[in-house]
Amino acid sequence: MPSTRTSAEVAVRQAAAAILSARNLTVDFKLEHGWVRAVDGVSFEVRRGEVLGIVGESGSGKSQILMAAMGLTAINGRCTGSVTFEGQEILNASPEQLDKIRGSAMSMIFQDPMTSLNPYMRVVDQLTEVLVAHQGKSKAEAVDNAVEMLERVRIPDARRRISLYPHEFSGGMRQRVMIAMALLCRPALLFADEPTTALDVTVQAQILDLLNGLVRELNAAVVIVTHDLGVIARLCDRVIVLYGGRIMEEAAIDDLFEAPRHPYSQGLLAATPRLDDDTAHDLRTIKGSPRALVGQMTGCPFAPRCDRKIERCTVETPALQRLMSGRAAACHLVTS
Amino acid sequence: MSDVAASAGQPLETAASIGQSPLKASWRRFSRNKLAVISMIILGLITVACFAGPLLIPYSPEDFDYENTSAPIDLFSAHPFGTDDFGRDLLLLVLDGGQVSLAVGFVGAFVAVMIGVLYGATAGYVGGRLDNILMRTVDVLYGIPYFFLVVLINLVVGRTTGGLFLSIVVVLWLTPAVISRGQAVSLRHREFVDAARAGGMSEGQIILHHIVPNSMNVVIVYSSLLVLEVMLTESFLSFLGLGIQPPASSWGSLIEDGAANMETDLRLLLLPCSFLVATLFCLNFIADGLRDAFDPNER
Repeated sequence: MPSTRTSAEVAVRQAAAAILSARNLTVDFKLEHGWVRAVDGVSFEVRRGEVLGIVGESGSGKSQILMAAMGLTAINGRCTGSVTFEGQEILNASPEQLDKIRGSAMSMIFQDPMTSLNPYMRVVDQLTEVLVAHQGKSKAEAVDNAVEMLERVRIPDARRRISLYPHEFSGGMRQRVMIAMALLCRPALLFADEPTTALDVTVQAQILDLLNGLVRELNAAVVIVTHDLGVIARLCDRVIVLYGGRIMEEAAIDDLFEAPRHPYSQGLLAATPRLDDDTAHDLRTIKGSPRALVGQMTGCPFAPRCDRKIERCTVETPALQRLMSGRAAACHLVTS
Repeated sequence: MSDVAASAGQPLETAASIGQSPLKASWRRFSRNKLAVISMIILGLITVACFAGPLLIPYSPEDFDYENTSAPIDLFSAHPFGTDDFGRDLLLLVLDGGQVSLAVGFVGAFVAVMIGVLYGATAGYVGGRLDNILMRTVDVLYGIPYFFLVVLINLVVGRTTGGLFLSIVVVLWLTPAVISRGQAVSLRHREFVDAARAGGMSEGQIILHHIVPNSMNVVIVYSSLLVLEVMLTESFLSFLGLGIQPPASSWGSLIEDGAANMETDLRLLLLPCSFLVATLFCLNFIADGLRDAFDPNER
C-alpha cells in the first residue's frame, strides 16, 4: 500500500516540479463522417514517486491521453495543447526526438499481454532490443539485465525461460514480461494502459502488488489508466475521473473514495460492489450509455445521464474548479 | 491435428518444445506431409544431379563427338542418354541446362521476394503518402505489358544471363510487394508494434524485426509458388529465344531445340521436358505442403 495518500501529504508533494505536465490536451480523430473529439482539454501533472490514476469507462478517452503523450496517436488523429516531459515539449514531437526519451526515460505497459509481444521473436530479443539500442549495452550485458529483471517480476527459472517464445508463456507471465520490458530501462515516467484487464482476478492482485513495489523502488512517476476502481484503490495516490474526454473530478485517492463530489464519481462508486456493504440490494447502475462524441458538444458531457441535472447543465459546460485541499471538480452543483 | 493444437497452445514444459518458434512449429507440420517431403527429396536429388553430375562426366557441353551423332539411348555406353545431331551428350546437356534453370528459379524468386517484402513492408508500415507513391508505382509497373518490358530490357542490357534475370525479376517482385504491404498494414496497429515504438525503436528496426518476420508465414507460401513461376517464365522466354543464348543452355532452350527436331528425334524434346515437369511437380507439392503448414486458419 502506498504510504502517502491523504490530501495533505499529496499537497506537500505538489511543491516538487512535475515530471509530466499536460496542458489543455485535446485529441481529435478524423472519421468518415467528421471529426470526433476523444480528449477534450485535459490538464494534469505528475511528479516523481507519484502514482496517478485515470479512471473512466470505455470511450472516455483515457487511453488516448497516454497514446498522445507517447506519440502513438493513430494516423488519423490530431493532438493539440501541450504535454511536457521534464520541461520539454513532447506533444507532436518528431519520432527521432521522441525516440531519445521513449524506451529510456519514459516507457509503457500495454493492455493485452497476448498481443503485445511479437510472436516471432524470442522474449530475450524483445527485452534486450531496447537496452542495446538505447544504452549501447553489449548483448551479454543486456541479457544479464533482462534475466535479473525477469527474476524481479518473479518469473521462475528466468535464465532458461528467457529464450522461449511468447506463446510458451501463460497470460500472467506474459504480462510480467511486459512489465519487465517497461521497467528494464529504469524509466522516470511509466504509463500503464489497463495493465491487468486481460488477467484473472488472483493474477491481477499479484501483478498490481508487484508493479507497486517496483515503481516505488524506482521512484518513478506513474500514470495508470483503468476502468477498475479496485486497481485505482490498490495502486494510486491521486485519481482523475474522466468522462466524455473531460476531467470530471480530480482528488487524492482517499478523498475520492470517502467523499466523491461530482455526481458521476458518486455514481461510479455507488456502482462498485464493496465487501463491507450490505449486498441485499441490487447493484446500482448509472442509467443510459456514454453519448456519441461526434459533433459540437454543449453543456456537461454527463448531463444526459445525471440524476441531479439542472437547466444550466445542458447549456453551459462546467469548468474544472479548484476546490480546497488539492481537489477539483467540473460540475455546476459543486462549489467550494 | 491434436499435437498441432498443443504446440500452438499454452506453455509447454516438455523438453522437446522449449524455445520453439512458431516457424519451427509450422516446419514440423510440413514435415508430416509425406508427399511434400518426398517432393523435397526428389527436388534435392535433381539439384544435386544437375550441379554435381557434370563434374563426373568427362566432357563438356561444347565437346562434339562426331563419331557418335544422334546416338540412341544406351545406358551402358559412353553416352547413356545418347547424343544430339551434333554429337553432344544429352545427359550432360540436360544436367547443365538444369543448373541454369534451377539457379535462375531459386535465386530469381529469392531476389524478387526480398525486394518485394522490404518494399511492401515499408509502404504498409509507414503508410500515408509514401505508401501511396510506392504502391501506385507498383500499379503502373503492373500495367506495362510484360513482353514490351522484356524486349526493352533485351535491347538495353543485351541478351545476357543478367538481362534474362532482370526480365524475370522486374515484374515478379510486384506480387510479393502487394502481399507484404497488406500484411504490414494489418500488423501496423498490433500492440507489439506500438510496444516497440514505445520502446523507442526506429522505423527501420521495427520493419526488420517486427513487420517482416510476422509476414513471413504468408510470404513463404507465396515464394514457393514463385520459384515455380520464375522457372516457367525462364523456360518460356528461352523457348521464345529471348532467354538463355547458345552456347549456354537451360531446360527452356533445350526444349526449344528439341521442339525443332521433334520429327526426327523425340528424345531431344522429352528429356529436358521430363526434368522440367518433374521439378515443377515437386515444387507444386512442396508449395501445397507449405500452405497447409503455414495457413493461419488451420491453427
